[in-house]
Amino acid sequence: MSDEKRKFLAASPLFFTLFSVITGLLVGALVLLVSGYSPLRAYHVIIDGIFSRPSYIAYTIIYSTPLIMTGLSVAFAFRTGLFNIGAEGQFIMGALGAALAGAFLNLPPVIHAIVAALAGIAAAAIWGGIAGFLKARFGVNEVIATIMLNWTALYLNNYIVALPGIKRPAATATAFILDSARIEILPLWKASEAGRAWRALHPFGHDIFRTPFNVGILVALFLAFFCWWILNRTTLGYELRAVGHNAECSEHTGIDVKGRMISSMSIAGGLAGAAGALHVLGWTRQAAELAAMEGLGFDGIAVALIGGASPIGCIPAGLLFGALKYGGSKLQFALRAPIEVVNIVIGAIVFFVAMPKLLRIIGRWQQRKKRQGGDSHAA
Amino acid sequence: MPEGTKNTVRLAVEMKRITKRFGDFLANDAIDFDVRRGEVHALLGENGAGKSTLMNQLYGLYLPSSGAIFINGEYVRITSPKMAIARGIGMVHQHFMLVQPFTVTENIVLGCESVGVFGILDNAGALREVETLSNRYGLAVDPGARIQDISVAMQQRVEILKCLYRGAEILILDEPTAVLTPQEIDFLAEIIRNLTAEGKTVIIITHKLREIKNMAHRCTVIRKGVKIGTVDVASRSESELAEMMVGRAVTFEVEKAPVRTSEPVLSLHEVHARNNRGLPALKGISLDVKRGEILALAGVDGNGQSELVEVLTGLRRVDSGSVRFRDAEITDFSPGQRIERGLAAIPEDRQKRGLVGPFTIAENLILEEHTQPPFSRSGILDLQAIGMHARMLIDRFDIRPPRERYRASSLSGGNQQKVILAREITRDPELLIASQPTRGLDVGAIEYVHKRLVQVRDEGKAVLLVSLDLDETLALADRIAVIYEGRIVAVLDREEADERRLGLLMAGGGAVHV
Repeated sequence: MSDEKRKFLAASPLFFTLFSVITGLLVGALVLLVSGYSPLRAYHVIIDGIFSRPSYIAYTIIYSTPLIMTGLSVAFAFRTGLFNIGAEGQFIMGALGAALAGAFLNLPPVIHAIVAALAGIAAAAIWGGIAGFLKARFGVNEVIATIMLNWTALYLNNYIVALPGIKRPAATATAFILDSARIEILPLWKASEAGRAWRALHPFGHDIFRTPFNVGILVALFLAFFCWWILNRTTLGYELRAVGHNAECSEHTGIDVKGRMISSMSIAGGLAGAAGALHVLGWTRQAAELAAMEGLGFDGIAVALIGGASPIGCIPAGLLFGALKYGGSKLQFALRAPIEVVNIVIGAIVFFVAMPKLLRIIGRWQQRKKRQGGDSHAA
Repeated sequence: MPEGTKNTVRLAVEMKRITKRFGDFLANDAIDFDVRRGEVHALLGENGAGKSTLMNQLYGLYLPSSGAIFINGEYVRITSPKMAIARGIGMVHQHFMLVQPFTVTENIVLGCESVGVFGILDNAGALREVETLSNRYGLAVDPGARIQDISVAMQQRVEILKCLYRGAEILILDEPTAVLTPQEIDFLAEIIRNLTAEGKTVIIITHKLREIKNMAHRCTVIRKGVKIGTVDVASRSESELAEMMVGRAVTFEVEKAPVRTSEPVLSLHEVHARNNRGLPALKGISLDVKRGEILALAGVDGNGQSELVEVLTGLRRVDSGSVRFRDAEITDFSPGQRIERGLAAIPEDRQKRGLVGPFTIAENLILEEHTQPPFSRSGILDLQAIGMHARMLIDRFDIRPPRERYRASSLSGGNQQKVILAREITRDPELLIASQPTRGLDVGAIEYVHKRLVQVRDEGKAVLLVSLDLDETLALADRIAVIYEGRIVAVLDREEADERRLGLLMAGGGAVHV
């Protein structure tokens, strides 16, 4: 019985992911060791850097928020048979849309934030939809289309950001969004007199309020559940999955395959756009001119992979990724170790996740060992 | 290598008490199986009986859970197809494994190319060798032709040549006749005779009884993973073999009520369409299908049947001509619109067009109807209704295993077909298009599918049957249209048709050529 349980565990994707994470951390340790740093100390620094103070935890969550959503974007498209490499560009469009709507519309608080977020999501959904349309109408591979659109988004962003009337004086970024559009938790109060007085009495709260802690994470969690719900509980999700698994059969049974491709890419775009929009509304308050891609969209690919392309899986995967990124950033300061080590760890995790065959080989090897150990009947 | 067993019985293959488990499923239960050198041995059983599993163990694709395998009297442990090939075993799978854009010769030598200096391919040498082999066994192929341009029958001969080129002494053919016309089957039988005349041993996995009578010397019957027995084919009748295989008496006759046809429900007029390569595939097809009849479309594979079905289901555009269905012009309708009007289709390729493999049985059963109540309301699925619907159909159509959350891709071919049938028939369509509805199915499942098709017809609906199997055509049809090179060359009433006449028409002879 316990043997069967173990076998079930070994075959489950969760076990497999954990295995990959641990192996990735071990590889990272090896790299640290080779470069002359103590892995134990390094991981200690990272873990300390994530958990030892409330503000660290808050920052970890802030770092993870956009990653969860770009991960959702890639995972959602993937579940419908499409490979969305364009989360990066969609993120940029989402950020730009939210920044413009946040800075130049005049609306009451809360409503303004919602409208600005929706503006960003809409801009990114269109951006994703373009790739979907190109594929449906002209058969352009979505991988190529989205890569191209990433660059288009980057330069479009830089063009719009630099336009007179939009550009903030003495900065290469848009005007700051209005306070009514901010989604930080009590941004004004925490700097006010009353806020300061409260913070002096509450060290825990004080520490959290030092960060731009915002409601983005709640939106990310909601979106993860929403994606799961769309995919598994609606006719739209049913059709999207059918098209993803077997487009020919879907066409034969009357599903509008091309239309569904466009909707899938639009939804994926909207998700990455939400990441960009909330990033702006919750933290940066502006869309800046970009010298290069920031990479939050590309990181979404890794998050989706680690999360097993499941919307819910993107939550822990995004948190892990965010934690490693944030905690890892402290390596440089504490140990003078290069931050690239963290990237190696993440790379190694993705590498092992993407290598399902390895686990199977290990499983077989273990079986053989067991057989040689005297167990006569093989499974 | 055939030496070494001269003193013992001349057994090419001996499998002893082979047991194979997949999880808690027992696919082979202590099966003894032996094949004499130079014989044609048929392995008979229903789909899912475990015959392919048994042969896959001989070919090294699976390892037996227990049991031993002897080749030419020598104990072997075959862990990979490569080892099987080294032991002189070759296998032609049901789905051919050929590289489409490569030539026949390239496919045959692929993986063991002879190379000259600097690793340059010795094409001329390869060509010579292929020609020699093909002449020796009567395996007519065009060595320079590309796979994508040759017929299925020739592709099969290429697969056989591939095995021979690798030095196979024992050939395993998995369902070799499933894709062939009657004439091609006769030709294959001759090839097999040539092979055994040259001392090769042939194992045929099949569930078609007539071919066993035609080709095989002995026959081993497997049912539900258990060996029922090995018999001399000559000593048993077809129905005796069928009974061994299914475990009960099987009727080959299909019971039908007399025809009560009325007005046509589907009319095609001068339909022209192209195939995937842009060449004319349908050259002016005019055809009526009436309510209450089964119209069978007979023809050799590749004469426009697939294109015609695609035109009818809305997957292929017509160049000219019109399709009328239930008194409306549907030529430009999308597949979804046609389905709404009452057109149902059982596609020829179950896995490709009939099912979404990773979907559950329940999910597959609501394709086409998922947007309608009770399965969904305002875009939100009602999982309870979907589950209930699935349990009902699983029960009514005897789908096994009876679990609605089972993945469609893990079902046997027969049960996959039952899922499709259940889905299409319960929609109560006005016209059911059944393309090769029994391809690859076992006797029991075929009997079942035939009954259901006749039932649809008896309820006053129209059935268009597209089949490559003449027996099936003759058993089911009320009228038979013969298609040849994209034209309907004849429409016969069932009484006027027999195998000879149809065979001739299908080959393009003796027709009133249009």
